[in-house]
Amino acid sequence: MAKNEESTVVEASKIDARIPAGPLAEKWSNYKAHQKLVNPSNKRRLDVIVVGTGLAGASAAASMAEMGFNVKSFCIQDSPRRAHSIAAQGGINAAKNYQNDGDSVYRLFYDTIKGGDYRAREANVYRLAEVSSGIIDQCVAQGVPFAREYGGLLDNRSFGGAQVSRTFYAKGQTGQQLLLGAYSALSRQVGKGAVKLYSRYEMLDVVVIDGRARGIIARNLVSGKIERFFAHAVVVGSGGYGNAFFLSTNAMTSNASAAIQMYKKGAYFANPAYAQIHPTCVPVHGESQSKLTLMSESLRNDGRIWTPKRKEDAEAIRAGKLKAADLKEEDRDYYLERRYPAFGNLVPRDVASRAAKERCDAGFGVGNTGLAVYLDFSAAIERLGEDLVRARYGNLFQMYEKIVDENPYKTPMMIYPAIHYTMGGIWVDYELQTSVKGLFCIGEANFSDHGANRLGASALMQGLADGYFVLPYTIQNYLADQIQVPRMSTELPEFEQAEKDVNDKIKKLLSIQGKKSVDSLHRELGLIMWDFVGMGRNKAGLEIALEKIKEVRKEFWSNVYIPGKQDDMNNELEKALRVADFIEIGDLMARDALQREESCGGHFREEYQTPEGEALRNDEEFSFASCWKFNGDGVDPILLKEALDYEFIHRQQRNYKA
Amino acid sequence: MEKIINVTLKVWRQAGPKASGKFETYKLDNVSTDSSFLEMMDVLNEKLIGERKEPIAFDHDCREGICGMCSMFINGHPHGPDGEITTCQLHMRAFKDGETITIEPWRSAAFPVIKDLMVSRGAFDEIIQAGGFVSVNTGGVPDGNAIAIGKDIADEAMDAATCIGCGACAAACKNGSAMLFVAAKVSQLALLPQGKVEAAHRAKVMVAKMDELGFGNCTNTGACEAECPKNVSISHIARLNREFLSAKFRD
Repeated sequence: MAKNEESTVVEASKIDARIPAGPLAEKWSNYKAHQKLVNPSNKRRLDVIVVGTGLAGASAAASMAEMGFNVKSFCIQDSPRRAHSIAAQGGINAAKNYQNDGDSVYRLFYDTIKGGDYRAREANVYRLAEVSSGIIDQCVAQGVPFAREYGGLLDNRSFGGAQVSRTFYAKGQTGQQLLLGAYSALSRQVGKGAVKLYSRYEMLDVVVIDGRARGIIARNLVSGKIERFFAHAVVVGSGGYGNAFFLSTNAMTSNASAAIQMYKKGAYFANPAYAQIHPTCVPVHGESQSKLTLMSESLRNDGRIWTPKRKEDAEAIRAGKLKAADLKEEDRDYYLERRYPAFGNLVPRDVASRAAKERCDAGFGVGNTGLAVYLDFSAAIERLGEDLVRARYGNLFQMYEKIVDENPYKTPMMIYPAIHYTMGGIWVDYELQTSVKGLFCIGEANFSDHGANRLGASALMQGLADGYFVLPYTIQNYLADQIQVPRMSTELPEFEQAEKDVNDKIKKLLSIQGKKSVDSLHRELGLIMWDFVGMGRNKAGLEIALEKIKEVRKEFWSNVYIPGKQDDMNNELEKALRVADFIEIGDLMARDALQREESCGGHFREEYQTPEGEALRNDEEFSFASCWKFNGDGVDPILLKEALDYEFIHRQQRNYKA
Repeated sequence: MEKIINVTLKVWRQAGPKASGKFETYKLDNVSTDSSFLEMMDVLNEKLIGERKEPIAFDHDCREGICGMCSMFINGHPHGPDGEITTCQLHMRAFKDGETITIEPWRSAAFPVIKDLMVSRGAFDEIIQAGGFVSVNTGGVPDGNAIAIGKDIADEAMDAATCIGCGACAAACKNGSAMLFVAAKVSQLALLPQGKVEAAHRAKVMVAKMDELGFGNCTNTGACEAECPKNVSISHIARLNREFLSAKFRD
C-alpha cells in the first residue's frame, strides 16, 4: 500500500478485468465459444435473484427464465412497468447501417469510446456495439412500435456525438416502449411461473456466504416486514445514483442503496466522479421543486441553442422587459454552432452543458433566474412546417408547455443542464461480475461501457445489451460451477446477521427523533453536490464538499426526524435509508473527483483545461478506472486502479470543431 | 406568471386496506402556481412532519407523466381537472386562490386501497401476465427490417402502446371496467404482424382475466377515453371486440 501526495490510500494490487485474449472483433465470439454452459436439467435447480426491473433487470430476468433458471425479480415500484428506464425519450443506438451512411460496428464502438473520452474498456464497448443490432430485432419481434418510414422500414434520427443516423425511436417515448417490451417478456415468464415477482420490495443488503453472494435482505414496502431470499447468484440492476444531487431527472425512488450495500460487502465502486449533466432540462422554478424534467436530446436535431449576444439584452429579458422573439437574428449568439462548427448543436452532452454554464456564468443567461438558455424551433418550423415538428416532438412540446405554461411553437424553450445519468457504478469484469463472486451488476448500476461520458441513446442500448445478450451468457460461466450447490436455508447465520444489521440500522434511524425532515437533509446534500461536485470542479471546492458532506452525515445521524413505525408502510423511513446511502455516494464522488487531477468527459476539473476551455485529459497519469474499496464505516476507502490499456485505437483529444 | 395562492385540501386518509377511512381537511398557504400538484403535496407533508403528524401516503415516481405511478382522484377527476396529463404534470395554476380541493384514491373494486391515496393496481399486471405479450424468446428473431409495416399501422400501434397503465380508465368508469387498458394492449399487438398471430387468443385470455379480477363490463359511456391522460382512443375497444369475437367463433 502506498500513499500519494493527497490523503487517498492507494493499493497497488492489480485489478483483473478478465478480458478474453485475441483480436478485438473476435473476443466475444471466442468467449462464447469457450465459456461453460449449464444444461437444461441443471438450470431448473439453480435460483437467480434479479434486483430491479428496468431495461437491464427486466430483460435479464426474462431471458434467464426463458432459458430455464428459477428467477426471483424484485421491483421497488408497484409494477415492473414503472422502472425509470421508462422515462428515456429520444432513442436507442444500433449499428444497423440501415441509412447507408457509413455506420458499422467499429464506428459505433469508436464513437462510444471517443464520446466517453477514452475512459472505457475497449473490449466491453466493442461487444456492446456488436450486440446492438440484435436488440433492435428483438424489440421489433416483441411488438415495439418503432417509428417507420412510408415504405414500412425502420426510421432513424441522429444524436449527439455521431455523424451517422443510427438512433431508433418510438416518438419521444422510446424508453417506455422498450421497457414495455421487456416488461411483456418478463410478464410472460411470471405467468408461466418461471419468475416470481416481488413488487413494492426494496433490497437492503446482500448476503455473502464463504465469499459468494447467496441472497438478499429486502423490505416489503407495504407491510414493512424484513424478509430473506436465497439464490445461487445475485444480479443487481438498480440504476444510477444521480439523486445524490436531490434535484435530478431521476425518478423519486431512484436510489443508490443497492449499490452502496454491494460496496460495503466488498464490491468495488468504480469512477463515482463520472456523472452526466444533461444540457436540455427544464430550468428550476423555485424552492419547492422536487425534480427536474429532461427534454430529449433529440430536440437538438432541429432546435438551435442560443443566448443574446449582448449582456444588456440578456438583462432586459431577465427583467421581463424584452422577449426572445424580439431579438433579431444578428443579436443572437448560437454559441454551439459558433464554437463547434462540425457538430454544432449536436455536440456531446458534457460539451453542450459546460457551454451553457459558461454563457450563464458570463451573464448571458435568460429566464427570471438567469440560469437558462434558449432552444429555438422557429427555423425548423419555417423549414419543415409546424405539422412535421409536431409529429416529431409533439409530446415533448406538450410536456414542456404543461410545466412552464409557454407554447414552444411560438416562444423558444428555455433549458438548463441538470444531473441525469451516472457513468460510474459498481465495478464489473468482462463477465459483468463484481469483485464479489456470484454478485453481478448490470445496466446503469455498473460502470462498464460509457467511460467518462455517455452518448445519447446509448443507455437503452447498454441496459438491453447487458440484460438480453451479455449477462444470460456470462452468468452461466459462473453457475456451471454451482450445480452441485443445494438451495440453502435462509436460517443460516449469515442471513441472520444480515437481517439483524438491517434491523439495527432501522431502529437507530427511528430512535433519533430529531428536528429535521429527511427531505430537508437531502436538499442540503444536493446543494453541496451541485455547487462543488457539479459541472465545474476544483481542488478547493472538492475539499470543502468533503467537509460539508461530513457535517451533513453528522446532522443526519443525530437530527433526522422520521415519523411512523418500522413494521408498517413508512415512506419517510424508506427515504431516510436512501439518503443515508446518498451521503456515502456523495462522499465517494467528491473523493474520486479530487484524486482525478485531469478533466475528462463529464468530469471537468477547472484547473485542467485547454486554452479554449475544453477538457484536458492526462493519459500519462490517469488512464485508469478508479475502483474504491470499502474499508469500514468512518474509515477512508482504499483506491485501486484498473489500468485502461488501449490496444486498438489511438487516443486523441476529443475534437468536435472540425 | 407565477402567483401565490392559498388552498384548502380535503384529503382521504385511511391507515390500511382494512381500516375505515375518512376525509381530513388541511389549509395550505403560500402555494406557488408554478409548483406541480405533487410539489404542493410535498409541502403539505413537510408541514405535517414538522407538526409531528404522519404524512399522506401517495404513489408517484417519475414525476414527468410517463411511469403511470401517480394516481389520485382530484375534484372528481382522475389526474385532476386539466386534460391529457397525469397528476404529476398537473400544476397549481389550474386552481384558484381560496379553492377547496378534494383528493381521493382511485375508487375501483379491483384497486384496493393500501394506505391513504395509494391503491394496488396489481390486477393490471395480472392481465398482462395472462397474455399481453408476443410469445417470443430472446434471440433467434428475424431482422428488424424483414417485415415492412406501413407507417400508418405503426403509428396507430404506437398510439395504443402509449398507455401508461395508470388505471385512470377503470377509476373513471362507473362500472369499474378495464376495457380501455386491455384494448390498448390487444390493439397494439393485433395491428402489428408480429402480434397478429396470437391476436384472437390474446384477446380471449386477457378479457377472461379481467373478468376474473372483478373489473366491470363496458357500457360504452366513453368516460375512460375522456379521462385518459394519454388520449388512448376507445376505437381500440372496437378492435378488441373484433378479436374477442373471432376467438369465440373459433371455440
